[in-house]
Amino acid sequence: MSLDKIGIAKRISKEIENGMYINLGIGIPTLVANYIPDNLEVVLQSENGLLGIGPFPTEDKVDADLINAGKQTVSMLPGSVLFNSSESFAMIRGGHVHLTILGAMEVSENGDIANWKIPGKMVKGMGGAMDLVASAENIIVAMQHTSKSGKSKLLKECSLPITGIRCVNKIVTNLAVMDVHPEGGFILRERAPGVSVDEIKEATEGRLIVEGDIPEMKID
Amino acid sequence: MINKVVKDAIKATEDIKDGSVLMLGGFGLCGIPENGIQALLDMKIKDLTCISNNAGVDDFGIGLLLQEKQVKKMISSYVGENAEFERQLLSGELEVDLIPQGTLAERIRAGGAGIPAFFTPAGYGTEIEEGKETREFDGKMYLMERWLKADFSLVKAWKGDTAGNLIFKGTARNFNPMMAAAGNITIAEVEELVPAGELDPNEIHTPGIYVQRIFEGKNYEKRIEQRTVRS
Repeated sequence: MSLDKIGIAKRISKEIENGMYINLGIGIPTLVANYIPDNLEVVLQSENGLLGIGPFPTEDKVDADLINAGKQTVSMLPGSVLFNSSESFAMIRGGHVHLTILGAMEVSENGDIANWKIPGKMVKGMGGAMDLVASAENIIVAMQHTSKSGKSKLLKECSLPITGIRCVNKIVTNLAVMDVHPEGGFILRERAPGVSVDEIKEATEGRLIVEGDIPEMKID
Repeated sequence: MINKVVKDAIKATEDIKDGSVLMLGGFGLCGIPENGIQALLDMKIKDLTCISNNAGVDDFGIGLLLQEKQVKKMISSYVGENAEFERQLLSGELEVDLIPQGTLAERIRAGGAGIPAFFTPAGYGTEIEEGKETREFDGKMYLMERWLKADFSLVKAWKGDTAGNLIFKGTARNFNPMMAAAGNITIAEVEELVPAGELDPNEIHTPGIYVQRIFEGKNYEKRIEQRTVRS
C-alpha cells in the first residue's frame, strides 16, 4: 500500500542525524518535525529569521511577531535566536544548514527540481527555494510519485521551469525511496510496504536503477 | 543627538511622489509598515515601484495598494497569498520581477552597503539566469546580481528612539534592517518611541545613521496570516 503524507514524513525523519541544522519546506516537510526521534538534538531553521523553531504556540501564547516561513505562528525554544533575512541566507548559502527537505512538482533523473511555477497558471514566486537548492549539500525531496492525473513526477527532464539544477540527493515518495545517481537515474533503495518494483517502474518516467533485492521501508 | 522625529505617517511620507521607488519591510504581514501604507493610500500616490518580499493579502498590507491600482511594479520573492496580485500579473496590468528570497535580501543589503554587484549560485541554470553574467569560482557556477536601492524605505520596528535607533521584535525583523540602509530616505515607524539614551546600545539592531525620519505609529492591527495553535 502506498504511503500517506504522514508515512512519507515518518520515513524522512529517519534521515535526520544528531546535531543537524535543518530547513523544512512548506507542506509534507513541515510534518517531518513531528517525527524527529526524541533522542536527537537538532535545530530547525526558518528562512524568515529564526533558528530553533518550537512547536505551534498554545492559544494564549500566539504572537503576530513570531512566525515561520509558511507564515504560521510558532514558538521558540531555549537557545533560539532571531536574525534578519540577509543573515538567514548567509547561513543557507554559506553551507551552514546541513539538511534541506522540500516539496517538488517534478524531479529529473539528473537531480533537477521544479517547484515554483506553472506558466500561465500559478504565479507565486520562488521564495527561498532557489537559494536553498543552489547551496545545500544535502537535499531530500518529499512528494507524491505521480500527479493527481496519474502522470509521473520523476522524469527524464523537467517539463516545468526549474528551480535548481543537479541538486537533489534523495527522493521519498508515497511509493519509494530513491537516490539520484551522479551520472543520472533514480536508484531504487526501498519500496513502500506492499508496493512492487514493477508498480514503481510503471510510475517512474525517468530511468529507474534496480539492483538486487529492494527492501520494504521501515516506517515505525 | 540629531532629532529625527516627525509627527505622523502623513508628515513622514509627504514628499513621496507618483513613480517613486519604495522598499517596504516585512515578511508576509509580519513587520510591515502599516501606518506608512495607510498614508500612501490616503495620499493616492500612483505608479509606485514596490520592493518587498511579499505583496500582502487581498485586503491588507501592500494588497490594499494593489486594490487601488497604485502599484506599477512589484519586486518580490513570494506573492502566493494575493489573488488580486495574481490577476493583475496574468492580465499584464502589473509589472513583476520575482527574485529568489536570499538574492533579494542580499541585493538590498548590497545597496545599503555600497556594493554594486555580487555573485550567488541561486537561480543558476534557471530562467532567473537570463541576461545575467555567469562566472565559475572554484568549480561552481554563479550569477552576477546587482544592488537594489530605493528613493524611500518604509520600515517598521518595535522600539525606536529620537535618534532613529531601532530594535525589532521576533521575526518582524526580516527585511527591515537592510531596507533601512538601502533607502535614500528611510522612514521608520515604531510601536514605542523613546528619548535617545533609553535604549540599551548593546541591543540596538539598526543604528540611527540609516534612519532619516521616525514616528510612533498608531492602531497596529498586526494581522496573522496563519494562526496555528496546539491544544
